Amino acid sequence: MDIFAQQLVNGLVLGSVYALVALGYTLVYGILELINFAHGETTMMGSMIALAVIGALFGVAPDLPGIMIVLAGLLVAIPACMLLGYSIERVAYRPLRHAPRLAPLITAIGLSIVLQNVAMLIWGKQYIAFPTTLLPQGRHNVFGASITDVQIAILVLTVVIMFGLVTLVNRTRLGRAMRATAQAPAVAQLMGVNVNAVISSTFIIGSALAAIAGVMVSANYGQAHYYMGFLLGLKAFSAAVLGGIGNLAGAMLGGLLLGVLEALGAGYIGDLTGGFLGSHYQDIFAFLVLILVLTLKPSGLLGSRSVERA
Amino acid sequence: MSDLLRVANVSKHFGGIKALTDVSFTVRKGEIFGVIGPNGAGKTTLFNALTGLYQPDTGAIDLVGTSLYRRKPHEILKAGFARTFQNIRLFHNMTALENVMVGRHTRTTSGVLAALLHTAHNRKEERDCMAYAQQLLTRVGIGKHTHTLAKNLSYGDQRRLEIARALASEPKLLALDEPAAGMNPNEKNALRDLMVSLREEGLTLMLIEHDVKLVMGICDRLVVLDYGQKIAEGTPDVVRHDPKVIAAYLGGEVVV
Amino acid sequence: MNVLDYLKGKAWLTAVLLLLGLVLLPFMVEASLGKSWLRILDFALLYIMLALGLNIVVGYAGLLDLGYVAFYAVGAYCWALLASPHFGLNLPFWVILPTGAAIAGLFGVLLGTPTLRLRGDYLAIVTLGFGEIIRIFLNNLNAPVNITNGPQGITQIEPVTIAGLSLGKTQEIFGITFSSPHLYYYLFLLFVALVVFVCMRLENSRIGRAWVAIREDEMAAAAAGINTRNIKLLAFAMGATFGGLSGGLFASFQGFVSPESFNLMESIMILSMIVLGGMGNIYGVILGALLVTMIPEALRYTGDLQRAVFGEVFIDPADLRMLLFGIALVLMMLLRPAGLLPSKLRRQELAEDAT
Repeated sequence: MDIFAQQLVNGLVLGSVYALVALGYTLVYGILELINFAHGETTMMGSMIALAVIGALFGVAPDLPGIMIVLAGLLVAIPACMLLGYSIERVAYRPLRHAPRLAPLITAIGLSIVLQNVAMLIWGKQYIAFPTTLLPQGRHNVFGASITDVQIAILVLTVVIMFGLVTLVNRTRLGRAMRATAQAPAVAQLMGVNVNAVISSTFIIGSALAAIAGVMVSANYGQAHYYMGFLLGLKAFSAAVLGGIGNLAGAMLGGLLLGVLEALGAGYIGDLTGGFLGSHYQDIFAFLVLILVLTLKPSGLLGSRSVERA
Repeated sequence: MSDLLRVANVSKHFGGIKALTDVSFTVRKGEIFGVIGPNGAGKTTLFNALTGLYQPDTGAIDLVGTSLYRRKPHEILKAGFARTFQNIRLFHNMTALENVMVGRHTRTTSGVLAALLHTAHNRKEERDCMAYAQQLLTRVGIGKHTHTLAKNLSYGDQRRLEIARALASEPKLLALDEPAAGMNPNEKNALRDLMVSLREEGLTLMLIEHDVKLVMGICDRLVVLDYGQKIAEGTPDVVRHDPKVIAAYLGGEVVV
Repeated sequence: MNVLDYLKGKAWLTAVLLLLGLVLLPFMVEASLGKSWLRILDFALLYIMLALGLNIVVGYAGLLDLGYVAFYAVGAYCWALLASPHFGLNLPFWVILPTGAAIAGLFGVLLGTPTLRLRGDYLAIVTLGFGEIIRIFLNNLNAPVNITNGPQGITQIEPVTIAGLSLGKTQEIFGITFSSPHLYYYLFLLFVALVVFVCMRLENSRIGRAWVAIREDEMAAAAAGINTRNIKLLAFAMGATFGGLSGGLFASFQGFVSPESFNLMESIMILSMIVLGGMGNIYGVILGALLVTMIPEALRYTGDLQRAVFGEVFIDPADLRMLLFGIALVLMMLLRPAGLLPSKLRRQELAEDAT
């Protein structure tokens, strides 16, 4: 088995998840210049809710096709997360839109804590297993790398979603309103754009993507945990910054790049440092790359939309 | 009169856009020197390039023998070249007095240790700095607003405060970027009096201004920019009749 | 109110009463709430130091630092390595503490240098990354050379010993028994006083004004003659030094350090103390630190409450308290977005009252 090809595949799959979550950060940041710190928790919630539905459905009707059961979980998780994202914005951010800049950051942190602990109280502190047997178990060999059906599904789904999102932003009325709001909220409002509705929509779209990403990540790794949203969210945000925050293509590129870097880094760090550092330094890559990129090119790889006020 | 600031062939481009092309002029000691031109002519870019907020691409900038070319803003200020901003940039959540005290940063020396130990030198410096700042506030006419937060001052008073902050560094040359913008006639008159009296005290002023009446009335000499290039230089009378200048303004406001 | 009116203008009397109260506080706490609350009080003092240190960076200079806990960690590990059987060292505290604080300050400059050009959220994410990197290294630097002892952390750290008197044991002085947390309380109080003193002096100084000017408008600050690079680095270094100082004290007090104590959540907690209390205002920050330390501890009593109301404990209070803390954080921010004691506003109001 070719380690390079294998890590590349793993990295792309992981990167797809980062990219989807990163899109949520970037959409919101592009419009409100706000880090939605609770976004990682939305992802976790998506994963947990889907798993709960899948578990329940599997208990009631074990004869249903596995795909159907997983799909049902996803279809419940998506609207649930949309509602969650909408509520987060209404409760924690909207009242503070004109407050000092750090205030919404703190409410976001507070909400993260709340969501984590709610999840812990409902689902417990243990890892929850994803019934992977429900999904096709096929393995394929591509360029010396082994890739599972689930991983193929993740990659395909991510590409489809990204196309859908780009179309939405560039071709629809809502997308136009979003772009206008991002450029100049006050002007957009004067032109008849319902800014509040646009902002809500942004949170809802981002949260739907987070739900999908949450299900993907737990299907890929076969487990979910109430604390999983934290690091995932952190890395996804890093990915968004890496690509250039506020920039959709940047979030996708940043996510994929970060996933690949992490996977390759974990695979090769031992060789690179003569065994001094092991693969448990994997998490360092995300941050090292981030620090390097930001120091050398602060606007990210593809440039950030929001121009820093000089 | 001797030369104070020599600007030679300063150019600056942003991507493909040439914001300044080979701009040269000289400001003489003790004069009020105007920089005029239509919107987008590159006046503020010129100020930014001179005061270190932008790095010019080429050229030479010289303040009585000290090169200011590509120096940091704080070094340029220390060399004696202070400025104000077109869109007033104050420290909003500091009081008027504190704003001016910050302006004296380069003329004071106390560091962390001095502040912690409250050394005699530090105490004296703080006292002097405060007195100096208060005096400047009075000088520009906002002496009674010492402890008002900058953001709570009226628009005209904010402009004055910005001038006071710039003066606090005891500059040789003060560059004002549209100081009269948004002022009513009374405020404009007060501003003009202030500028004239500053000049009388030996300060040299550079002035970007849209109010042609004000500029023509107060400036000793002018440079006219259009599309980032100097199209004319001279006394108000010379500039006023320059065909290039008239063309640039389309025979508009400059014909007074 | 009458008492307050009486005390107005009698600064020395207020100071004496305050001092007396602070000296007697641990006796009262220990007698009424027990030793565990005395320890909580000690931690509150540590967090006041940390929060005041971070306040220099975030509150004064306006640099959003989400990796502040890294400096706390550096200070703590310095102490742990220099005064424990791990390396067989046991240096006196007046050597270790300044060393730890200085090394932490150095790390502050190290982190500050590459991030100087960054602003706002970018700075936040880079500092956050820096904090995580430090933690990951602490977790993994046990092989091939065992420096940090990895996830197990370092144990049997020596307590502070002053003039042969170990603060790690119960001591009897002038016939009065002082428990270890009680002794540490006085030590920490002393350091808090020092940190508060430093902050107050700096706040109204040339350097303090330069910090605030940078926070308000960096470009205008540069044009007003401030060397923004150096002054920002100074803020990083000062904040980090306080972090390192608190870290050293923490290690000696706890007797044990492990990477888990220095996760991102800790940085976030310290930040929330500042924002909650009122950024840039020393009293606000102290209040914020006290609240954020005390509230989760007080919420442990929800178990008793549940028993009283329902006759049994439905939810483990340890699980419930963070949830309630999160809710409290959100609510307090929604009600007082500028913090409980906003800076300047107070001074401004006072000034307006006077005129």
